[in-house]
Amino acid sequence: MMPRALRSLAVAAALAAASFAANAQQVLKIAYIDPLSGPFANVGEAGLKQFQYLADQVNQKNLAGGVKFEVVGFDNKTSPQESLNVLKKVIDSGIRYIMQGNGSSVAIALSDAVQKHNERNPGKELVYLNYAAVDPVLTNEKCHFHHFRFDANSDMKMEALTTFLAQDKNIKKVYLINQNYSFGQAVTKAAKADLARKRPDIQIVGDDLHPLGQVKDFAPYVAKIKASGADTVITGNWGTDMTLLVKAAKDAGLNVNFYTYYGGGLGSVAAMGDSAIGKVKQITEWHANVPTKDTDRMVNEFKKKNPDLDYYYGRAGTLMFMLAQAVKQAKSTEPNAVAKALSGMKMETELGQVEMRAADHQMIQPLYISTLQKQASKGGPKEVKYDADNSGLGFATDARIEAYVSAQPTSCNMKKP
Amino acid sequence: MEFFLISMLNGVTYGLLLFMLSSGLTLIFSMMGVLNFAHASFYMLGAYFAYQISVKIGFWPALVIAPLAVGAIGMLVERYGLRKVHKYGHVPELLFTFGLAYLIEEAVHLIWGRSAVDYRVPAELSGSLFKIYGTAFPEYRGFMMLVSVLMLVSLYLVLTRTRIGLVIQAALTHPDTVEALGHNVPRVFMLVFGGGCALAGLAGVIGGNALVTEPGMALSLGAIMFVVVVLGGLGSLAGAFIASLLIGLLQTFAVGFDGSLGRLFAPLGISFPSGTFLGELWGLTISSAAPVLPYVLMVLMLIFRPRGLLGTRDV
Repeated sequence: MMPRALRSLAVAAALAAASFAANAQQVLKIAYIDPLSGPFANVGEAGLKQFQYLADQVNQKNLAGGVKFEVVGFDNKTSPQESLNVLKKVIDSGIRYIMQGNGSSVAIALSDAVQKHNERNPGKELVYLNYAAVDPVLTNEKCHFHHFRFDANSDMKMEALTTFLAQDKNIKKVYLINQNYSFGQAVTKAAKADLARKRPDIQIVGDDLHPLGQVKDFAPYVAKIKASGADTVITGNWGTDMTLLVKAAKDAGLNVNFYTYYGGGLGSVAAMGDSAIGKVKQITEWHANVPTKDTDRMVNEFKKKNPDLDYYYGRAGTLMFMLAQAVKQAKSTEPNAVAKALSGMKMETELGQVEMRAADHQMIQPLYISTLQKQASKGGPKEVKYDADNSGLGFATDARIEAYVSAQPTSCNMKKP
Repeated sequence: MEFFLISMLNGVTYGLLLFMLSSGLTLIFSMMGVLNFAHASFYMLGAYFAYQISVKIGFWPALVIAPLAVGAIGMLVERYGLRKVHKYGHVPELLFTFGLAYLIEEAVHLIWGRSAVDYRVPAELSGSLFKIYGTAFPEYRGFMMLVSVLMLVSLYLVLTRTRIGLVIQAALTHPDTVEALGHNVPRVFMLVFGGGCALAGLAGVIGGNALVTEPGMALSLGAIMFVVVVLGGLGSLAGAFIASLLIGLLQTFAVGFDGSLGRLFAPLGISFPSGTFLGELWGLTISSAAPVLPYVLMVLMLIFRPRGLLGTRDV
C-alpha cells in the first residue's frame, strides 16, 4: 500500500511542479508565414526581423502579463499552395497564432483554411493576424471571427490617396499600373471608382495589369506610359515589381508623379535614387519621419541591430502591442479568449487612437501621405530625420488623413463564438 | 512611330541580355551534350562576385575578374563533379546540375543573405546616351548591347578561326581521333564548360545591376533561358541569337497592345462580359499576357518544329 501511495504522491508533485513551471514562463508562439526564398525573400526576411525585434520589446517590458512572445519564421515562397502545406506544419507543431502579410492571394487561401480548421476543430482554434494583405474581401465577403487586419485595406488607402490627389488641379491624366492578382485588381477598381467620384475631369489614360513578380524589364511599360501622355501614375506594386518599375522610369527619364502604396518598401528608395525626389509619394499608416518618441527609439535601436534594414512597418508595433494587451486582458493565451479581447479593442498609440473594428476586424487608423525628399543631414527639409535604405533619401509628410476619412462601410457578417 | 522605335530599342536590348545568358548554356550543350540546369546559378554567382568586387575595387576590374572566377568554379565543377558522373549517362549529369543549382542558391543565402544587395551601375555609365522623342536611352543599355555583340563576334571567331576552336569542334564528333592525335580531350571539355560558365558570369556582371541582384534571380531567369535554347534549336548558337531577339521583341511589343481576343468581335456587335462562358479569357488583353507569350511560343515550337529554328536534332 505504502509504495503505491508514495508513488502517486510523487507523480502528483511532479505534475504540479511541471504545470507551475509552464505557468511561470508561458510562451506564446506566433508563426510568421511569408516568403523567405524566391523573388520576394528580401521583403519577407525584413518583416521577420522586425517582428522578432518587437517580440523582444514585448518581453523586455513584460507587456503581455508574464507571457513571452516568440516569432518563428516559415517560408511560404509567396505561394497559396505552399502556404497551406506550411499551415499544416504549423498546426502540427502546436502553434495557434499565425501572421502573414505578403500577397492577398496567399492571405485569402490562408484565411479560408483557418476558418475551415476552426469550424472543424472547436477548442483548437487558430488566430490569423494579417499585417499587410490589403484585399478588401478579407474584411467583407470573406471575413470571419479569427482574422484580424492591422493594415488599412486597399479601398481605404485609395480613398485617402484620391482625397489628397483630387486637390492637385495640375493632375489631368492618370495611368494605372498594377500586379495582376486580387490585390492589384482591387487597386485598379478602387482608383477608377474614386477618381470618377471626386475628380470626373481626370482622364484615365492607361490601365495595365502585369503578372506578379515575373516582369524583368519594365522599359516597355514605361514607354507605354510615356506615349499615353500621363502626368501621374498610381501603382500598388510592391517588392521587385516596384523597384524595377521606378528604375526603368528613371532610366528613360520619365517625368511623372508616382502615387504609390509601397514606394518606401525595402530597396525601392535606393533603386529610385535622386531622380525620384519630390516625385514619388506613398500612402502608409506611419513613416519614420512622423514625429514620435518611443517609435523613434525603436527605429534607432532596430537600425543599430540591422544596419541594412529599416524599421518599416509602423503597424507591426501596433499589432504586437495590441496582441500583448489582449493577452493581458484575457489572462490567457487561449486563442478564442484573446480573439474576443482583440475584437473591438481600442488602443492609444503615439499617432492617436486606433480601433480594431468589431464588425469586420479591420483596423481603423489615421494614414499619412508623404513625398520622397533629401535627408536633413544631406541638405533636405528639417523634418526628414531618417532615410530609407541608407540612401540619403527619406519621406516628408504631405498630409495626415484622419481615421474617419478612410473608414469604409463593410458587408461583413461574422459569426461570433 | 515614336512608340515603335523606343519599343524596338527596348526589345533589342532585352533580347541581347537574354542571348548573353543563353549562349553559354547552348555552347555547353552543343559541345558536351550536357543540359546544365545550374547555368542560371552561375549567372547569379557572376552578379554577386561583381557586386563584391565593385564595392572593393570598382566596376571595371569586376567586369574582368568576376567572369574569370565563375569560369574557374565551372572548371572545378566539371573536373571533380561532372566528369565523375559522365560515365553513368545523361540523366545523372542532369540530376547533378539540378542539385548544384540548389547548392549554389543556399551558398549565396549563407554568404550574402536573402535580401537584394545594392549593386549599382557605375557612375560613368549612368547617364543617358541619346534622346529619342524625349525618352532618354541610358548609356548602360548601350553598353549592354555592345558587350553582347562583342561576345557573339568573339565566340564565333574563336570557334571557327582558332586552333583551339577547331580542336573543340573535332572533339565533338571524333573524340577518339582527336585523342589519338595527342590532344587532351577531357581537358578540352573542361575548358568548354568553364568557358560557358564564364559567359554566364559575364551576363551576371552586366545584368545584375541593370536588373536586381538577389538570391531569386537565378530562378526567375532560369526558365526563360531554356525557352530561348529550345526555340533557337538545342545547341545552335545562331539559333539562340535569333530566338533571344525574337523573345525580347515579342515581349516588348506585346506590352504595347491593349487589344484582346474579345475585341476582335466588337465590330460584329458581339461582346463577352466577364460573367459569360470563358468571359475572362476573351477579355484578357495581350499586354497583360505579354510575359507568358514566350512559353506559348515554346509549346507551339515543340509541337510543330521540335528541333527549333536552327537546330539539327529533335529535342
